[in-house]
Amino acid sequence: MIRLSKSELIFKIVTVLFVTLFGLLAFYPVIYSFSASISGKIAYEAGQITLFPKDVSFQVYELIYNDKGLWISFINTLFYTIFGTAWSIIISALGAYALSKRRLLFRRQFNFLVVFTMWFNAGMVPLYLNYINMGVDNRWGIIVAFGIQGFNIILLRSFFEAIPKEIEEAATIDGANEFELLTQIFIPMSKAAIATVTLFYATSRWNGYFWARILLNDPRELPLQVYMRILIENYQSLFDDMPVDLPYAADSYIFAVLVVSIIPVLIIYPYIQRYFARGVNLGGVKE
Amino acid sequence: MKNKNDAEQNKQYTRTIMKDYRLYLILLPIIIWYILWFYKPIAGLLIAFKYYQPNLGVMDSDFVGFSNIASLVEGNFSAQFWRAFRNTFVINVYGLIFGFPIPIVLAIAFSEIRNTAYRNVVQTLSYLPHFLSEVTITGLVLTLLYNGEVTTGVFAQLLIDIGLIGESTRIIQSADYFRPMFIITGIWKEAGYSSIVYFAAVMGISPILYEAIKVDGGNKLQELRYITLPGMAPTLTIMIVLRIGQMLSVGYERVILLYNANTYETADVLSTFVLRIGLESGNQSMGASADLFNSLIGFMLVIGANFISREISESSLW
Repeated sequence: MIRLSKSELIFKIVTVLFVTLFGLLAFYPVIYSFSASISGKIAYEAGQITLFPKDVSFQVYELIYNDKGLWISFINTLFYTIFGTAWSIIISALGAYALSKRRLLFRRQFNFLVVFTMWFNAGMVPLYLNYINMGVDNRWGIIVAFGIQGFNIILLRSFFEAIPKEIEEAATIDGANEFELLTQIFIPMSKAAIATVTLFYATSRWNGYFWARILLNDPRELPLQVYMRILIENYQSLFDDMPVDLPYAADSYIFAVLVVSIIPVLIIYPYIQRYFARGVNLGGVKE
Repeated sequence: MKNKNDAEQNKQYTRTIMKDYRLYLILLPIIIWYILWFYKPIAGLLIAFKYYQPNLGVMDSDFVGFSNIASLVEGNFSAQFWRAFRNTFVINVYGLIFGFPIPIVLAIAFSEIRNTAYRNVVQTLSYLPHFLSEVTITGLVLTLLYNGEVTTGVFAQLLIDIGLIGESTRIIQSADYFRPMFIITGIWKEAGYSSIVYFAAVMGISPILYEAIKVDGGNKLQELRYITLPGMAPTLTIMIVLRIGQMLSVGYERVILLYNANTYETADVLSTFVLRIGLESGNQSMGASADLFNSLIGFMLVIGANFISREISESSLW
């Protein structure tokens, strides 16, 4: 056992406390939401819930289970996430591959077209007018017109650039064409980068709210985030209109909806977390 | 003579491209995508100088010169516009003062924990909120801070109990509390995740340096002052410069989800102003003028920040 000096000991205690407190605080709202969602109305409204539930009942989840709109929006979000992520990653990987090639004519200019998108944006009104003008205010529009990020392309490009020339040359001699090079050599060799970028794209698709709210008119096309927000905006009046006195508080319903939105993230979280730390640290890429 | 050269040059380009057509085919989708969804809307900023009429469209609406911009800066809309400008700036300054240091402190604290298993657990917990959506996060904040006829929000109750706010204060409806609410929400959601970059920087410092200062009898604070912080300096510089480059952009989704008509005074930022004027009230030209203003200043800030970071360190983001 190494002897710690007094200053080290104090420092150690303070840091451990600080870090633990932060970690718990980050997670607390999730726990609290779950507890509040399964607690009884009287206990909740008297403010008796701080961590553990009271008068436990899962009735509110029955209400959610029977909420058809919520499930439709859930499936919509799955649809947007799967197809949207696939679309984003395919276009980004293709672009990154071409931009990584030194022999590409006007390579600098094309790269600038991508990098510029990280510096500037047209703003909400021109974007909106363009979306309406191009008719993307529907299911497929949300997939096609959104979700490409210059940062991710640059990240993939720098990975492709790091793949040794010799491998590419050997494959070319064996008769591989450009498409085969990309799908059979470059993509398998940058699995980690592809996974990281896929993660970034999938999170932003899953969590996307603003443009879906603005553009989608058909209630059957709404993603989970928009459906949830509309519930949050209206739940109080929804409950006031209910004829029967419910055993749970109106808030419990909202907490349950929030829990439902968090669960999928919690389920895949352990599988994805080894990728994102790497992705962030790749951020310092150079042109 | 020049024409002949051009023609020859073009022929050569064509030949190179034809020989290698697959590569250009691969490049095509991303270029088309950016033209349709990024560059075409930039042309739409033209309506900042036009009297935009939906039935005429962007190109055929009449030019009005700078009159939109004038009414934004010193006319009918100026009070709202400058309020939004000021709020954007103030929120960013607060974000810089309170939000910026916390991930750094967290990263140093994480690095002090030698028990890797425990450290992984707390790190994983602290990154989690980053992956939740703004709707979920703000939904939690609004419910936890709710204080109406009966106080039902557990944090609102806590604030009342410790005497920070009065019984009758409606946090969500009060302009005084918007900024703290917004900044703290941001810290809760992003501080853990932002600490990753700094954590990598701390872990990259050579252990020999720490041993050396120990041999010289330095205490923990001296270690921080002379080893850890200087070791993190390149990362710190880049991050702070980049942060300043973002001074005019606010996560508008979070503002939209947290603010309401009672809190416009402190909460209305440029993007939300554009949303209300340009999209909800249908004054597209006015909205586009504010967009143009916002984008241009933001662009200059980013370019300036990147230039500075290139000058003071080897690394630049682009």
